Amino acid sequence: MIIQTGRSPSLSIGSLSIWVDRLLPLLGVVLLFAVWWLIAVSGWVNQVLLPTPFDTLVQLVSATVTGNMLTDFGATVLRTFEAFIIAAVIGVPLGVALGSSERLYRSVEFLIDFFRSTPASALIPMFILFFGVSDFSKVIIAAFSALLLILFNSAYGVINAKRSRILAAKVMGANRWQTFRDVLLWESMPQTFIGLRSGISIALVIVIVAEMFIGTNQGLGKRIIDAQQVLNVKDMYASILITGLLGYALNMLFLVFEKRVIHWSGK
Amino acid sequence: MVEVNAHTRIAPPDACVQIEGLCKSFSGQVLYEDFDLTLPNHQFVSIFGPNGCGKSTLINMISGLIPFDRGTILINGKPMRRSRIGYVFQNYRDSLFPWMSAFDNIAYPLKVKGMSQRDCRDRVEQLIETFNIRLDLKRYPYSFSGGQQQLISILRALVADPEVLFLDEPFSALDFETTLFVRDKLQEIFMTANLPMLMVVHNLEEAVYLADTVLLLSKRPTHLVARVPFDAPRPRTPDTLSSPEFISVSRHCLDIFQEEMRK
Ligand SMILES: Nc1ncnc2c1ncn2[C@@H]1O[C@H](COP(=O)(O)OP(=O)(O)OP(=O)(O)O)[C@@H](O)[C@H]1O
Ligand SMILES: [Mg+2]
Repeated sequence: MIIQTGRSPSLSIGSLSIWVDRLLPLLGVVLLFAVWWLIAVSGWVNQVLLPTPFDTLVQLVSATVTGNMLTDFGATVLRTFEAFIIAAVIGVPLGVALGSSERLYRSVEFLIDFFRSTPASALIPMFILFFGVSDFSKVIIAAFSALLLILFNSAYGVINAKRSRILAAKVMGANRWQTFRDVLLWESMPQTFIGLRSGISIALVIVIVAEMFIGTNQGLGKRIIDAQQVLNVKDMYASILITGLLGYALNMLFLVFEKRVIHWSGK
Repeated sequence: MVEVNAHTRIAPPDACVQIEGLCKSFSGQVLYEDFDLTLPNHQFVSIFGPNGCGKSTLINMISGLIPFDRGTILINGKPMRRSRIGYVFQNYRDSLFPWMSAFDNIAYPLKVKGMSQRDCRDRVEQLIETFNIRLDLKRYPYSFSGGQQQLISILRALVADPEVLFLDEPFSALDFETTLFVRDKLQEIFMTANLPMLMVVHNLEEAVYLADTVLLLSKRPTHLVARVPFDAPRPRTPDTLSSPEFISVSRHCLDIFQEEMRK
């Protein structure tokens, strides 16, 4: 009896600390909302500019359920994925091909680095000139910026492949194509995934910017800028929140997918 | 269908590796100058020498992995391009393919040659039966212990029926206990397959223990200092380590090596 009563409190303390550990990632979120709420109700900032977090969440839910938030959300997701798929389908094979000949890569390295360092948003006007203000235009410019990231990462994955495995394939009698297919391609995968993950992030960024800048009927970027223009701040913050959630979800999706595919990483 | 058994090969010449007038420099620094070496068939040969004397470079040149400047290298009388070579790398972690199952790793040399899936499976099964190895080969290499992984690399090197097996410091990434396990397995394979083996080791006892012949190399420019025979009966066991023969051969090698280092 004594032992039992002695044990149960320590047990519950133990399980409590496990719970606290689990909830730790939420602490920052709670803190942010608390500060936000404090600023909103304190009157430091004009009520018109900053609604309370509660009002924003209510707006988010009601716009999603009854309003047209989902239409805008869907339009942005669709554009982002279109851009990403174009970029991946061209970027991965091209990057791997460039990477397997170091001299070839060196000859285009400057171009890739240059355009990689140029903010894609700076190129939007040029893309409008070529492709007009169509939907296609937004997808193409997002695809372009994602392409550079994906291409560069795939190429580096191949260039930095472990030499010992290439030698092992060679001594086992693999020819150049077999070495490429069975070793180089796989060796480059972890780096390729980094490229894909950053690629979809940048695609989302550019799609949002393009929606604001080029104009469209639907899309989160347009929704944010429209809400701001008419001072519908609740909807603006709600749209920003959902955009952030989208970006986060895309990143997580790719992380999970990456863990599945590259099961050997870190082992 | 390839056979493990060495007797099925057509009349092997006595020398399994023949090197004549080999020259190799790295960026003007001479490593080998007119290097000659003949390795007898059916023998286990250990190579021992100071760090950086070119042991790895030597077996890489014999296996055709790196080019040499001048000279000839023949394997069973043929140029190495036309020979079947097994190579066990120092680090199993960096030489096995972690994206393939252990089975696919072992079967890879056969697959590369275009052998059918079915024949590959038969061959691998025959191989693990011959050497009495029990591993769940459906798993990925990283899920095995270090010793088992090195064993998988050895099986991979053996699967295509090589004429000679090269091993570059095969124990150096293993702990003591695993070294004993892999070493015994290697001896068993050597005795069963009757396959000439050439092993680089950085530990003199290790070198002598398994060897029929120990080759002692000098500092660079590298030449052969001595070839020391060791003909204790097989299988060699921990008792071999305390036999007078083993002790005197090890002692002899050590003396030669120390004398060479003093030069
Ligand atoms: N690619 C290379 N370029 C220039 N020098 C090289 C190259 N590879 C090897 N060397 C040099 O050649 C020498 C022999 O190298 P090698 O790796 O064959 O030595 P080793 O006997 O295997 O040494 P260790 O005992 O350290 O494994 C070393 O001095 C090394 O610095
Ligand atoms: Mg070496």
